[in-house]
Amino acid sequence: MADSEAPLLKLDKVETKIGPYHILHGVDLVVPKGGATMLLGRNGAGKTTTARTIMALWKACAGEIHFEGQNITKEEAPTIARLGIGYVPETMGIFSDLTVAENLRLAAISGRIDPERLDMVFAAFPAMKRFWLGRAGTLSGGQKQMLSIARAIIEPRRLLVIDEPTKGLAPAIIANMIGIFRDLKATGVTILMIEQNFALARAIGDTVAVMEDGRIIHRGMMAELADDEALQRRLLGLSMSAHQ
Amino acid sequence: MSEPAVAPSATEIPREPVDWLPLALPAIVAVVALPLVGDPWTWLTLTIAGLAMGMIIFTVSSGLMLVFGLMDVLNFGHGAFIALGAYVGLSVLVPLTPWVEATSVLLNLAVFALALCAGVAVTGLVGFVFDRLLIQPVYGNHLKQILMTTGGLIIIEQLIRAIWGAETVSFNLPATLRGSWLLGESAVERYRVVALGIGCAVFAGLWLILTKTRIGLMVRAGVENREMLEAMGYRTRHLFVGVFVVGAMLAGLGGVMWGLYLQNFTAAIGAQINVLIFIVIIIGGLGSTTGCLIGALLVGLTTNYVGFAAPKIALFSNILIMLLVLLWRPQGLYKVVDR
Repeated sequence: MADSEAPLLKLDKVETKIGPYHILHGVDLVVPKGGATMLLGRNGAGKTTTARTIMALWKACAGEIHFEGQNITKEEAPTIARLGIGYVPETMGIFSDLTVAENLRLAAISGRIDPERLDMVFAAFPAMKRFWLGRAGTLSGGQKQMLSIARAIIEPRRLLVIDEPTKGLAPAIIANMIGIFRDLKATGVTILMIEQNFALARAIGDTVAVMEDGRIIHRGMMAELADDEALQRRLLGLSMSAHQ
Repeated sequence: MSEPAVAPSATEIPREPVDWLPLALPAIVAVVALPLVGDPWTWLTLTIAGLAMGMIIFTVSSGLMLVFGLMDVLNFGHGAFIALGAYVGLSVLVPLTPWVEATSVLLNLAVFALALCAGVAVTGLVGFVFDRLLIQPVYGNHLKQILMTTGGLIIIEQLIRAIWGAETVSFNLPATLRGSWLLGESAVERYRVVALGIGCAVFAGLWLILTKTRIGLMVRAGVENREMLEAMGYRTRHLFVGVFVVGAMLAGLGGVMWGLYLQNFTAAIGAQINVLIFIVIIIGGLGSTTGCLIGALLVGLTTNYVGFAAPKIALFSNILIMLLVLLWRPQGLYKVVDR
C-alpha cells in the first residue's frame, strides 16, 4: 500500500448528528486501497456511527465522503452499496425469516449467485452449506455472524465495512475468523473493520485509526501500534498484551 | 432466480419440519360440527358455503395481511377499498345488464371479469393516492396511522355516498353464476364454487410471489429490516408503495366478490367487515399467507355452522375462535414477523 496512491475511501471533516446528539465531530479517515484498515477506540467513541455514516444509514451533516474519488456524501444507501461496498453491521442484520439460501440470493444484487463465489463461501463457512435451507433465525450467534459476512462477500466488492465481527463469539470461532479475513485480504478486497478484539486487529490490520469522542486521534500502521504499549495505553487505555 | 449450480444436494441439508397442525384446523372444525348439525347433506351445504365465504374473506383480508402483517401499517381504511371495489363492480354490472342477463356463458363471464378488473384497477389507483397522502406521512407511527386511515375510511365512505347514494343498492349475479348444482341432497351454489376458485388462485399467487420470487424475498426481508435491505443495494420506498397498492387491489377484488356475495349493500359494506378482517389476520399470525387463509376458512366455517346450529351466539363465534387460537398460540397460527 503506497501512501502516494489515491485512497479508496476518504472521510473529510465528517460530522453526524443523531437527533439531538452530536456524535461525530469532524472525522478525517483515510482507507488505502487493498489491505485492512482497523478502526479502534473505546465504547461510545463513534466507530459504529462512522460506519453507518459511510453507508448513508445516518447522513453526514457536514464534511465530505469520497469513494474512489467520487463524492458520495449525498448519496443514498442503495446507491452506495451498488458502488461495491459490502456492509456487515454490528447487529449482523440477517433476515431471520428467510433461509440461508434466500439471504445469500438477496445479497447477490446482480440477480444470480456465482457458483465459484458460493464455493468460496462454503469453504470459509461450511455451516452455510449445512444449513442452506434452514431459517436464518434458527442459526447460532456465530453462524449468524458467518451468514452476515457471507452475504457481504457473495459478490466481489471493492470495500467491506465490517462492524465488530467477533462480538460475542467464542475464541475458537475468532481464531477461524482471522484465517477467513486473511484469505479475504488475499483476494484483493479492501477491508475497513471496527474491532474491539486487539489480537484479531493485530493479526489482520495493515493500517489503523483510533477514535475518541467522535474524532480520529491517531492514524498509522497497525504493526507500529501493536509494538508500542505506551501508545496503546495512551490511545486505548490498555495494552494489547492483555488481550493475547 | 435459478438455484446455483453448486447448491448442496437436498439430502445433506436438514429441513425444518413443516407445522401441519394449523393446516388441519378447518378439517377438525368441520368434523366437530357434523354431529352438531346432524343431517350430513345440510352439513355438506354448510361446509361448502363456509369454505366459499372463507375464501372471499381471505381475498379481502390478504390485502391487509400484506399491509398490516408485512408492512406494519395499521390500515383501518382497508374497508374503504372493499366498499369501493363493490361499488365499482356495481357500476360495471348495472349498465351492462344485457350481458349479465344474456344466455351466453361467454358474455356472463366477460362482464364478471370486467367487474373484477375494474374493481382492482380503481382501488389500485385510489390506494396509490391514499398511500401518498395518508400513509407515507405517518409511516412508523401506529397511533397516527389509526387516526389518518380511519379518517380516510370516513372520507371514502362519504364520497361513495355522494357518488352512488346512501340507500341500499343491489345487483344480480351474471346468469351463469346464479343457481345451484345438486350434490345428492345438498345444494351447492355456483357462485360460491367460483369464489372458492378465485380465492385459491389468489392464495397460490400470493404464496408463490412471496416465497419464490425476488420481489417476494425483498418484501419479506424489508419488513424485518428495511435499513439492511437498503444497505444491500435495494430501494425500498417504491417496493413498499407497490405492496400497499397491491393490498388495495386485493381489497378491491375481494370487494367486488363480497358485494356479489351479499347482493344488497350500502357504503358501510367495508367498515362492517373490517373487524372480521383484523380477526383473520390476528388468528393467522401477522404476515403469514397460509395463516391468513386458515384464519379466513375457520371464520367462514364457524359462521355458517354456528349460524345454523346456534344462531344466538353467531356474532360471538368469531371472537371465540380468535380467543381459543390465541390461548393456544399467542402469536397466531404462523408467526412471520415479530412486533
